[in-house]
Amino acid sequence: MNILSYEKSFLALGAVLLVCCLLALGYASFAMGIHLPGEEGLIDPETARETPPFDAPGLRQTGDGTYEAVILASAWKFEPNEIRVPTGSEVTLTATTVDVIHGLHVTGTRVNMMLIPGQIARVTYTFRQPGEHLILCHEYCGINHHTMFGKVIVE
Amino acid sequence: MSARPNTATVYDPSGYDVPESQKKPMRWAIYIGYAALIAGIFHGFAQALSYAKIDILEYFPGLRNYYQGLTAHGVANALIFTFSFSNGFLALMTARALSRKLNSALLWASLALLGLGNVLVIFAVVTGRASVLYTSYAPLQAHWTYYTGLVLVVLSTWAALLNMLMALSAWRKEHPGERVPLLAFISVCSYVMWFLASLPIAVLFLGFMIPWSTGLLAKTDPLLSRTLFWFTGHAIVYAWLLPAYVSWYALIPRQAGGKLASDSLTRLAFVLFLVLSIPTGLHHQYTDPGISTAMKTLHLLMTFGVFFPSLATAFTIIASLEIGGRARGGKGLLGWFTKLPWGDPSVTAQLLAMITFVFGGITGLINASFTMNQVIHNTTWIPGHFHMTVGSAVALTLVGVAYWLIPYLTGKELWGRRIGLWSSWLYTIGVLIFARGMASAGLEGMPRRIYRARATYDLPSWELGGILTGIGGTLMFVGLLLFFVVIAMTILVGRKGGGPEDIPFSETLHPPKTSGWEVSMDRLMLWVGVALVLIVIAYGPFFAGYLPAKLVSPGFNFF
Ligand code: HEM
Ligand SMILES: [Cu+2]
Ligand SMILES: [Cu+2]
Repeated sequence: MNILSYEKSFLALGAVLLVCCLLALGYASFAMGIHLPGEEGLIDPETARETPPFDAPGLRQTGDGTYEAVILASAWKFEPNEIRVPTGSEVTLTATTVDVIHGLHVTGTRVNMMLIPGQIARVTYTFRQPGEHLILCHEYCGINHHTMFGKVIVE
Repeated sequence: MSARPNTATVYDPSGYDVPESQKKPMRWAIYIGYAALIAGIFHGFAQALSYAKIDILEYFPGLRNYYQGLTAHGVANALIFTFSFSNGFLALMTARALSRKLNSALLWASLALLGLGNVLVIFAVVTGRASVLYTSYAPLQAHWTYYTGLVLVVLSTWAALLNMLMALSAWRKEHPGERVPLLAFISVCSYVMWFLASLPIAVLFLGFMIPWSTGLLAKTDPLLSRTLFWFTGHAIVYAWLLPAYVSWYALIPRQAGGKLASDSLTRLAFVLFLVLSIPTGLHHQYTDPGISTAMKTLHLLMTFGVFFPSLATAFTIIASLEIGGRARGGKGLLGWFTKLPWGDPSVTAQLLAMITFVFGGITGLINASFTMNQVIHNTTWIPGHFHMTVGSAVALTLVGVAYWLIPYLTGKELWGRRIGLWSSWLYTIGVLIFARGMASAGLEGMPRRIYRARATYDLPSWELGGILTGIGGTLMFVGLLLFFVVIAMTILVGRKGGGPEDIPFSETLHPPKTSGWEVSMDRLMLWVGVALVLIVIAYGPFFAGYLPAKLVSPGFNFF
């Protein structure tokens, strides 16, 4: 039995597997346009409430079928805590926090970002099917963390 | 000795006994570790039930809230258990492998730092001053005793490493030109990796958290804190895992009646872990704003790279076990597997740990893929994943090791072998049910770190996952209680003089090469240098673009 040659084939197979995973990831990000939140700008959390666009949290239409939802997180609520959009809308969620780290995850979608004091977070998603989604704070933010949520209603 | 080639993973296979005076501090470090494991699982049980919407928190005397308990669970099980064990275990492995004494003063200093660190952390957590969870994300602000206590724990690991390095360099002087005994090499390599990995968190705690929590620094930088935390925080999982790998590579083959398949590949795997573990931390921050996608992609590639030594590990370990199973009369393609010593609680626990780890590894690859990460980040999928890695591969291995290590250190015979077997099986079945529940509900968006029993929102699709979490968690809890009974009874009533004389070190199929490229694998400083280069490549651009620190956040005490 030559263990070494078995090992080589095993590792080669593993390498092929990993490369396939990476190719799939490349395809997802370039061909399917799945992107991560990135550098979207800085903000002072203590004055965020007075700083545009966060001085007026809410949904606004930015074009034909496109919207921007400006969301302000604080312990333990999202403002606004309900967003209604028509089916098929492309929504850009722009969010930040005024106090501790919060999370923002819209269930059933890939909208999933951390809200970190000092940073603006942004992600775009198209809601193709009617229905209801929860907006959840999924990072521990204090004693009432499990009560912090909102809703996206796709009509 | 050096006349005939030595295939043992230790220098002197004929027998070397670590002096009793040095076993004592090692024993105490290891006891602290197992005590932390037991202390942590009570609230773990409550957490699992809470996910099944059963609330038992009121039965915990003195507990203020779920998150205080969750902090205790994470700190005790992930930090104190693992590092206390490693402080004692890796030091012992190094001493035995080099077949020479360590420095007694340093051993005691390491234990003292660990003990004092624990006292401070326990004070802060128990009095409700530190319910910030083990990740300690600013700007939630804990009492300074919490951060200071954790720093002392890290210092205790550094003291243990220093001790090991001193012994290694003394051994090298006495044995010029000889290969470092394998068991010593991989033990030291594990803690060298951890030392490098721990530097960012040392900067974070000493430079930011402690000054900030004592008022010297009015405001801190949350994103920088998080990044420093995960700079250490991914590699920390390898610091938990590598001591388990030490057992899998250098001890388990012998316990299973076989031999370690390859000396070179073992060293290579540890060197790769040393080099690749650290420059991957941003994969914990895929969903963070303020970090460019380019940097995240670079870390993604590195993460896939560090999967490689784990693949190699899977091969070498399985091959070594197969050698054992066949030597015990196993035939056919898989017959060797059933012939493994399943009646030995130490081996069984670790075999089950390995099997569970397969699922841990696969779910880990999924986490590393940023597309999937956006679906599961911070959902219960994550605890589902890591209870199959640190919560099983590591925890069960350390449980298995205890079954020979405690008898070895105390000289007492293991009490209740059958109960020990039951313990591991219950825990394994439990964790698979638990992880199935957490993973499936996580895919439906159920958040981790919530007090679900009192949450003001819920989804029907979380129902089944929550129930499975509760059932699995209960089995895990019972399993570990049985482990605790076995260990406590061994220490209290085990038959004196019934412990093993020596540690179960393996032989390798072939002795290590004394010429060729393999020899350079022992040059730890070289690999530290390579690791540093990769770290600078992986983190340099981020810090260059980001610094100076953006001190925007005062402390918040929302707990
Ligand atoms: C009886 C056995 C155990 C049970 C029932 C259990 C249960 C749980 C549950 C339900 C959670 C999720 C809590 C939440 O997100 O709200 C959790 C978190 C965690 N567990 Fe365990 N666990 C057990 C053992 C372990 C072990 C042995 C380890 C590590 C060695 C471990 C490490 C962790 C860590 C690090 C967390 C994350 C804490 C955090 O989010 O801050 N657990 N555990
Ligand atoms: Cu929260
Ligand atoms: Cu990681």
